[in-house]
Amino acid sequence: MLDLRVPIGGLFALVGAMLLAYGLLHGADPALSPTGMPIVTIWGAVQLVAGLGFLAGARWKPWRKGE
Amino acid sequence: MVSLHWIDYAVMAVYFAFVLGIGAALRGRMRSSGDFLLSGRSIPAWVAGLAFLSANLGAQEVVGMGASGAKYGIVTSHFYWVGAIPAMLFVGLFMMPFYYGSRARSVPEYLRLRFDEKTRAVNALSFAAMTVFSSGISMYAMGKLFHLLLGWDFNVSMLASAAIVLAYTFLGGLTSAIYNEVLQFFLIVFGFLPLVWIGMRSVGGWAGLTARLAQAATARGMAPDVYVRSWAHLGSAAANPIGVEWFGLVMGLGFVLSFGYWCTDFLVVQRAMAAESMTAARRTPIIAAFPKMLFPFLVILPGMIALALGTGAHGLIPDKLTAAGQPLLDAAGHVVPDFDLATPMLLVKLLPAGLLGLGLTALLASFMSGMAGNVTAFNTVLTYDIYQSYVRPDAPDAHYLHVGRWATVLGVLVSVAAAYVAASFNNIMDVLQLVFAFVNAPLFATFMLGMFWKRATGHGAFAGLVAGILAAAVHHGLTLPVGAEVGVKGGYLGVMAIFPSELAQTFWTAIAAWSTCFVVTIVVSLFTAPRPEAELAGLVYSVTPIPRDAAAPWYRRPAALAAVALGATVALNLIFW
Repeated sequence: MLDLRVPIGGLFALVGAMLLAYGLLHGADPALSPTGMPIVTIWGAVQLVAGLGFLAGARWKPWRKGE
Repeated sequence: MVSLHWIDYAVMAVYFAFVLGIGAALRGRMRSSGDFLLSGRSIPAWVAGLAFLSANLGAQEVVGMGASGAKYGIVTSHFYWVGAIPAMLFVGLFMMPFYYGSRARSVPEYLRLRFDEKTRAVNALSFAAMTVFSSGISMYAMGKLFHLLLGWDFNVSMLASAAIVLAYTFLGGLTSAIYNEVLQFFLIVFGFLPLVWIGMRSVGGWAGLTARLAQAATARGMAPDVYVRSWAHLGSAAANPIGVEWFGLVMGLGFVLSFGYWCTDFLVVQRAMAAESMTAARRTPIIAAFPKMLFPFLVILPGMIALALGTGAHGLIPDKLTAAGQPLLDAAGHVVPDFDLATPMLLVKLLPAGLLGLGLTALLASFMSGMAGNVTAFNTVLTYDIYQSYVRPDAPDAHYLHVGRWATVLGVLVSVAAAYVAASFNNIMDVLQLVFAFVNAPLFATFMLGMFWKRATGHGAFAGLVAGILAAAVHHGLTLPVGAEVGVKGGYLGVMAIFPSELAQTFWTAIAAWSTCFVVTIVVSLFTAPRPEAELAGLVYSVTPIPRDAAAPWYRRPAALAAVALGATVALNLIFW
């Protein structure tokens, strides 16, 4: 059975990395910081960490029946 | 209309690649009809739980609850804290042992095992028709929304999303749908959290939101805190924007409609029936209850924020337009805001490039998860409850796997056709909601008596169902919501009562349907012969050993988990009283 944490982790790690890079590259654009916070960069980092967390879980704690 | 940056399109493309990749990865595992239509009963509890929640996360949930948040305020949370959580806990604790333990492959099949063929036939046919029409209307709403927001072609956006759903459900069956529903759940959370965060900062936090909504409330002649308190103004239907008093809400929504949906609708119950064990199946709806109770902050709050940011030409929510392009006026001559656009407008106005792509992808995901949920429930009922029962009963399993795949194609095609029908008729959504209310409310009485009263008979169940549906039609035909015209909104048999809102009318129609079905089933059952007790083992509470989970740690025991969920729900009700 495909461990669902792999596609979930892969998707959010990839999207998070894309947003993080985009936010860092366009850091001077005020449109990317509504209400004064660099939200695209922050949220990209949050998703990247979450995605890596899913992937780490899938790598080191395989699915077992009953979990 | 808003134009997207390349990063927005890139986020969408990555999402679609993963969705299709899951279907492709699971393709080789679909070796039997059970694998394709029932997931081989192999899904872990947490996956089934999130899919149980996500299958319900269609257009009505994300866009509709935002619209209700803008229209009614925090009182909309009753659709979760009263109208969902108690029923979800009930189905996990008390009904799942029979759904799962009876080895029925679908809800209609349980009805055949417990009652008889004719009761199953009514449920299978009505459910199959409702799922594809519901899916089609969801597709229509999506095509229309993306055309309005982004200028995308209606046909292209609708057909492309249908093709993607078809591809991953055709390849990987129910497992693929469930996996993608979980993926879509996380996407909706990640896509909408920044919207709520930016939105709350835009209106000055909770205090700023409360102050702004107080102005909107007093302008409508209501108490200043009516949009931010869930129970305080339910003493009278006239004192709150939802137009319902507490008894109608608790009995109509909290009991009849809620239990009718969460406990009997195969669309959601199918996710729990796909779980890997009885304990996992029982935990499925209970696990789903935890994120579900927090969803008001994700889907209702954006609507409230949109209302706080204003309506009309200078606000965030635009006016609703007539077919001639003029602002729509209500009975009092006031302009009606287009509340359905509250959440989508908030997305396009507040989210910067990148996050907008994520938010719109979350919106697409919600439409697609709803569509996939409907299609995978449809193909199971069509294959097992209609084709295998009435067309070709004794074929080899490979034949039913083949039929299941083509039933998936048929489900998507009929959904597309229904979307075009919806585009041609203004009232089709109202008609569908009406049919749902007519069918689901009495069905819960049938299940309740079937599972908890061994004396209930097949003739009683069938007569009760038919009588309940007729009672709903009569009640609806004799009443009207205030300001509505005679027709699909009611009153076609004569107007004997006017309700303060459509919701109030719906709640009381459901109460009438449930009560009639309940009474008629009991009366007819008492006059007809019951089945021997030995035949009811695994189907009725009093003659079935109930599973105990004493050896498991508390957080794996359904009863303990349900107690925690119930306590948290009570706390949320008290906090926003």
